Amino acid sequence: MTIPMEYGLWLAAILFCIGLAGVLVRRDVIFMLMSVEVMLNAAGLAFIVGGAARGSADGQVMFIFILAMAAAEVSVGLALIIQLYQTFKTLDADSAGGLNG
Amino acid sequence: MKEFLWLIVALPFAGSLLLALAGKHLPRLASAMIGVGSVALSAILVVLVGLDFLHENPAGVPFHQTLWQWINVSGFSPGIAFQLDSVSLTFIFVITFVGALIHLYSAPFMWKEEGFARFFSCMNLFVGFMLLLVLADNFLLLYLGWEGVGLCSYLLIGFWYKDPANGHAARKAFTVTRVGDTAMVIGLFILFTNYHTLNIRDILHAAPHTWAPGSRIAITTAFLLLGGAIGKSAQVPLQTWLPDAMAAPSPVSALIHAATMVTAGVYLIARTHVLFELAPIAQNGVAVIGAITLIVAGMAAIYQHDIKKVLAYSTISQIGYMFLALGVGAWSAALFHFMIHAFFKSLLFLGAGSVIAVLHDEHNMYKMGGLWKKMPVVFWTFLVGACALSALPLITAGFYSKDEIIWQAYASEKGSITLWLTGLAGAFITALYTFRMVFLTFFGQAKAEPSYRPGLGMTLPLVVLAFLSFAGGFIQLPDNMGHVTLFSHFIEQVLPAAPTPGTATTHAAAISATTATGATATYTAASGHAAEWIAQSIAAALSIAGLVLAYRLYYNKPFPAAEPIRGPIQQFFFKGWNFDALYDKVIVQPIVFLSRIDKNDIIDQFYTSLASIAGWFNKRLASTQNGKLRWYAMALAIGTVITLTILLCT
Repeated sequence: MTIPMEYGLWLAAILFCIGLAGVLVRRDVIFMLMSVEVMLNAAGLAFIVGGAARGSADGQVMFIFILAMAAAEVSVGLALIIQLYQTFKTLDADSAGGLNG
Repeated sequence: MKEFLWLIVALPFAGSLLLALAGKHLPRLASAMIGVGSVALSAILVVLVGLDFLHENPAGVPFHQTLWQWINVSGFSPGIAFQLDSVSLTFIFVITFVGALIHLYSAPFMWKEEGFARFFSCMNLFVGFMLLLVLADNFLLLYLGWEGVGLCSYLLIGFWYKDPANGHAARKAFTVTRVGDTAMVIGLFILFTNYHTLNIRDILHAAPHTWAPGSRIAITTAFLLLGGAIGKSAQVPLQTWLPDAMAAPSPVSALIHAATMVTAGVYLIARTHVLFELAPIAQNGVAVIGAITLIVAGMAAIYQHDIKKVLAYSTISQIGYMFLALGVGAWSAALFHFMIHAFFKSLLFLGAGSVIAVLHDEHNMYKMGGLWKKMPVVFWTFLVGACALSALPLITAGFYSKDEIIWQAYASEKGSITLWLTGLAGAFITALYTFRMVFLTFFGQAKAEPSYRPGLGMTLPLVVLAFLSFAGGFIQLPDNMGHVTLFSHFIEQVLPAAPTPGTATTHAAAISATTATGATATYTAASGHAAEWIAQSIAAALSIAGLVLAYRLYYNKPFPAAEPIRGPIQQFFFKGWNFDALYDKVIVQPIVFLSRIDKNDIIDQFYTSLASIAGWFNKRLASTQNGKLRWYAMALAIGTVITLTILLCT
């Protein structure tokens, strides 16, 4: 049985919105990073669904790219989080607001 | 040895650079050794180079040394090149020798000051630029030195920059001399457009063939160059900066504002004497300015209470004598007085500096007194300097140099009775203010105790300079007494002899100044020895009269230890004939007024409004940068939604 493309796309959109809401609402940077991961995977899901609908492997190739990029982003992000914690002794993103104009 | 001419200039520059770069990390002793050593080495080199120069060519053929091409643009090709002849040799001798003594004096004098290395760096830089000025073989290099010494003067007047008054004095010196410099640079432009070169020798060779004597262009150029000389040498009407320049430390006043830099104007006029001879009106102007200045400054000196200001006005007045000599064509007399003046005036400044230093920065002569027993070395050397300045007859060098000028003001064909009488009046005034200073400072009731005695480093230069102020005069004696012409013969290798009416002056050629046997030239004044005897006696009697008057008025009188009370006339002279107030009214205030009413014109308003609009946007946009990460993410999301909406719905 085949799942219609619309279902997959809706799922991706819902996942993306959940991730975005997480980024906007959460103050804890670790949760913000996790929410970003959710958004990335939502985008990846959209690629795969689109690729499957057209019967090509392009979508899956794009997902591999996204995966590699996400891994790099997480390593940088975690290093930044450690620095943030060492400097401010907290994980609250709002505490690092020293660049306000 | 002559090939080492460049090293004379390079050494002070090297010392200055070293002190400027590494001065902060060097101990004081090392700074002092670099500062004093570089100039002392230069002085030794000058002696060696000078002896070599005199031995090799007794006729005084100028020696040229080109180091490298400076600029080469469509025919305009000044080089970094030096010219050594008897005039520049005299100047570099005085600059390095007096300079080295003053540097030696400065080391103990400035020892406790902050910025010790900075001081020596600036002093060395000054010596370097001054040497560049007098050795330059083209006007561009001369101008570089000219502005360089102005810069060093500015830096050193404002040496104690924490007091705003000193900074003000420094700016005033810079601005006022700039008025003269502007005139001078226009004169140089005229020279360049006419001769297509700035080489001094070429211009002086070409000028008599291209410009007719008394032609308008020659007169204009000579007056413009005179403007530069007036500014640098603090002559009327640009003399106002020099009294304020006394804010500098005393060694600076001795070196820059007495011995060397302020005589740069004398050098410039002597160097370009051909142009001034082509413009008799301008040369006459030089004499008149000198005569006016020596009276104006002399009168002001009588009413000062600050010992350094007395010396400052005295310097202006003595340079007035040099200008008078230049103006009547007595070139060698002017340079002779320059040299002797450098000796005794730097001696007086250093002596005054010692007095000021041991009395805890006390400048007021009325608060001194009775120091002659307590500071014997300073007193006796100061007295020798004072005698030389007042030109006491027969024993002092100042008599022989100043008498020559006063005599030439009368005897030269360009001289006149008026100039002669002015010179005589100046001699009287000089003796009066000089001994007023001596009696107030060293005699009478002691009003302050010296805190220490100056050490050997400070007294040794005083003694050497005192010896020179005494003995320096005997290298040039008037023809009615002794008739020694070592100096004038030496100078007349380059500059013409004083134009005496009637007789032609004949020289025994090839006379070396080093071999004293050569002084056999005949030089007879037309007016005869009798007239010269009478003139000398009058001058001598007037200087002694000045001394006696000062003795009657000021010796052992119980003056209160405060500023004297002055009447309106005394106040007028005390303020230096109110030149400052006059310039303030005539020049400064109108310009300030004009700039104030012009501040808000339409163009300014346009640019001000541009700036305020940019400022308004800055405020609005800056408030969006609140430093909150989630806020930025939200803005990004909303922006994306809006963009997508626009893309999808249109």
